[in-house]
Amino acid sequence: MTSPTTIPEEEFAHPGSTGCPGCGANLVMRYMLKGLGERTIISIPACCWAVMPGYWPSHCLKVPLVYSAFEATGASISGIRAALDMRGEEDVTVVGFAGDGGTVDIGLQALSGAAERRTDAIYVMYDNEAYMNTGIQRSGSTPWGAWTTTTPVGSDRAFKREPKKDIMAIMEAHGIPYAATVSVGHPEDFVKKMRKARDVRGFSFIHAFSPCPPGWRMDPMKTIEVAKLAVDTRVFPLYEIDDGELTITREGKGKPVSEYLSLQGRFRHLSEEDVADIQVDVDARYAALKARVAKKASKDDE
Amino acid sequence: MRKVMTGNYASAYGAKAARAEVVAAYPITPQTSIVEKLAEFVSSGEMNAKFISVESEHSAMAACVSASIAGARTYTATSSHGLTLMHEVLMWASSARLPIVITNVSRAMAPPWSVWADHMDSVAQRDTGWMQFFCESNQEVLDTIIMAYKVGESKDIMLPSMIIEDAFILSHTSEPVDVPEQPLVDAFLPKYDPEAKLEIGSPKGFGSLVKPDQYMEFRYKAMQAMESSRKRILEVEQEFERAFGRSYGGLLDEYRCEDAETVVVVAGSAAGTVREVVDSLRVKGLPVGMARLRAFRPFPREEVRSLAKKVRGIAVMDRSYTFGAAGAFYTEVCGSLYPLAERPVVKDYIVGLGGRDITPRVIENIFMDIIEASDRGESAEPEWVDVEGLGRRWR
Ligand SMILES: Cc1ncc(C[n+]2csc(CCOP(=O)(O)OP(=O)(O)O)c2C)c(N)n1
Ligand code: SF4
Ligand SMILES: [Mg+2]
Repeated sequence: MTSPTTIPEEEFAHPGSTGCPGCGANLVMRYMLKGLGERTIISIPACCWAVMPGYWPSHCLKVPLVYSAFEATGASISGIRAALDMRGEEDVTVVGFAGDGGTVDIGLQALSGAAERRTDAIYVMYDNEAYMNTGIQRSGSTPWGAWTTTTPVGSDRAFKREPKKDIMAIMEAHGIPYAATVSVGHPEDFVKKMRKARDVRGFSFIHAFSPCPPGWRMDPMKTIEVAKLAVDTRVFPLYEIDDGELTITREGKGKPVSEYLSLQGRFRHLSEEDVADIQVDVDARYAALKARVAKKASKDDE
Repeated sequence: MRKVMTGNYASAYGAKAARAEVVAAYPITPQTSIVEKLAEFVSSGEMNAKFISVESEHSAMAACVSASIAGARTYTATSSHGLTLMHEVLMWASSARLPIVITNVSRAMAPPWSVWADHMDSVAQRDTGWMQFFCESNQEVLDTIIMAYKVGESKDIMLPSMIIEDAFILSHTSEPVDVPEQPLVDAFLPKYDPEAKLEIGSPKGFGSLVKPDQYMEFRYKAMQAMESSRKRILEVEQEFERAFGRSYGGLLDEYRCEDAETVVVVAGSAAGTVREVVDSLRVKGLPVGMARLRAFRPFPREEVRSLAKKVRGIAVMDRSYTFGAAGAFYTEVCGSLYPLAERPVVKDYIVGLGGRDITPRVIENIFMDIIEASDRGESAEPEWVDVEGLGRRWR
């Protein structure tokens, strides 16, 4: 007998999304809504998910949604919140649901404003690590080493040479009450964190790992495998920052990053030295997270 | 209640009287005192609204758009660079058919920096699908805000409105303004109650993707709404006059045009000076008049045609310039006249950019020039008035 899951059976995202086979973002929406429930209103800027709900006059979600300008998600959720508060509907959850490009690049200003104003809302960034809707161009969230159409790998090996923007650090610096990373490979942890974000008063930020088979040049059957490997190799650690306190919610197993990278064509061109460099970087970042947790623990002991 | 106040305070009192529920705004000279006054109204509890101190004008309009989709009456104010930064979201507001109201304190665009009156910012938004109203007085600013909500929220219209007050000339000049009694305003302007809004239990999508075989119908409906607004603006103004005893002349506000042979077409605060000049020239026996473009969108093309049938010459005063073409008011006036078999002489005068004074002398000279041109029966190229290095100095 399998153990019962804590994930609600009820679906708020119907079948019929126009996402590609194996789309991680599809699951991000699904688990997010399972965590938040029906009293939710979503604002979606330009991104894959602006297309995925389907053509007018229908859409595949069971909650109201509004489409917003690419860079305006933070402002859009601020407006919805204000209007709902005027109606006395403080219990309705307002969510901005945006891609990584719409978040760490063009939408960073509006996001920062909404966070700084302590808007009572949740901002979910599904991170497929590039501008996918427009055909796989680099974003500030594309990791070092990745191929994209604007970081083409020719004889000059011009893959992305800059590290991924650390959006969690940026959001933490805003002093928001809750921020967490989630992954479609770990739905229970995902749904639990969504509930927590919903019950927090003020601004929460969720960074969701979201494999994209066409953009990552990977087998659509391996979305969950890649997502799990991202956690196990510590490329994408699962943690939360609750009122400034950092907790790693699932220990990465410390598998070599090559296991994660080798499943994706976007890293195919990397040399052994490149992979070793990535390993060093991943280890250092994970060590920094662990050090923070340890420091907190020793402080508590004092 | 009569108070002496600036155009900016008239805007703030207008938004308050209209019971705007969500205000999202960002400061810019010379709009700031609107935002400050509204923040004060909200914090003192005089106004029951949410004030969102957004981090940019783009976000101000984006917040208004989403709040409006969520069913709130929304207001914002900006100027020049703020308005042009909003451009993308202005389109969003009109295409989503949201009756948002904005005050734009019309100011010059940089470079070079200038904070003074100029219509370039407003004119550059003419294709965004907003109704645009140029005001002549502070009272008109306040009253037009209230009327704009009523027009915009009409079920067959559902379009946003831009109320334009000239930088400093209205924004920072005090005039006596009657602030209408709140119960009268409430009777005139009922609570905003849109047919569809963001609502739990009603999983609608606002702004979904459409195919090429659907898109044009959305635009066609917006066009119909804007066309219907012509009539609605007049009806609402008549209703306003019955309730408050004031009106402003519809889309094209004519002054002493009944028997005029030449007229000046103008928008905004300069109209006040043109009226004075018309009066003084009339004393000298010259049959002149003024037509004030109160609405730029919808453009009063029928009104302009009727006027054109009565006169020999039309001088258009443009406080902005569309490079590679001419002043925007001029091209619109000419465009309206084309279907007429006989057309008067029309000439464009570029005046007052970046806050340069439009003095009575300038206007007198424009009248003399258009009278002469009408005698000759020749239209001419746009004339830049009073520019350093040009032959004619009219100031
Ligand atoms: C102002 C503006 N600039 C550019 C675009 C084009 N655009 C639409 S979606 C997109 C990429 C979105 O990337 P991301 O936010 O990562 O979401 P994804 O497509 O990967 O889901 C771009 C560049 C736009 N819609 N608006
Ligand atoms: S391109 Fe990637 S993110 Fe977009 S729908 Fe396809 S799989 Fe999903
Ligand atoms: Mg992306």
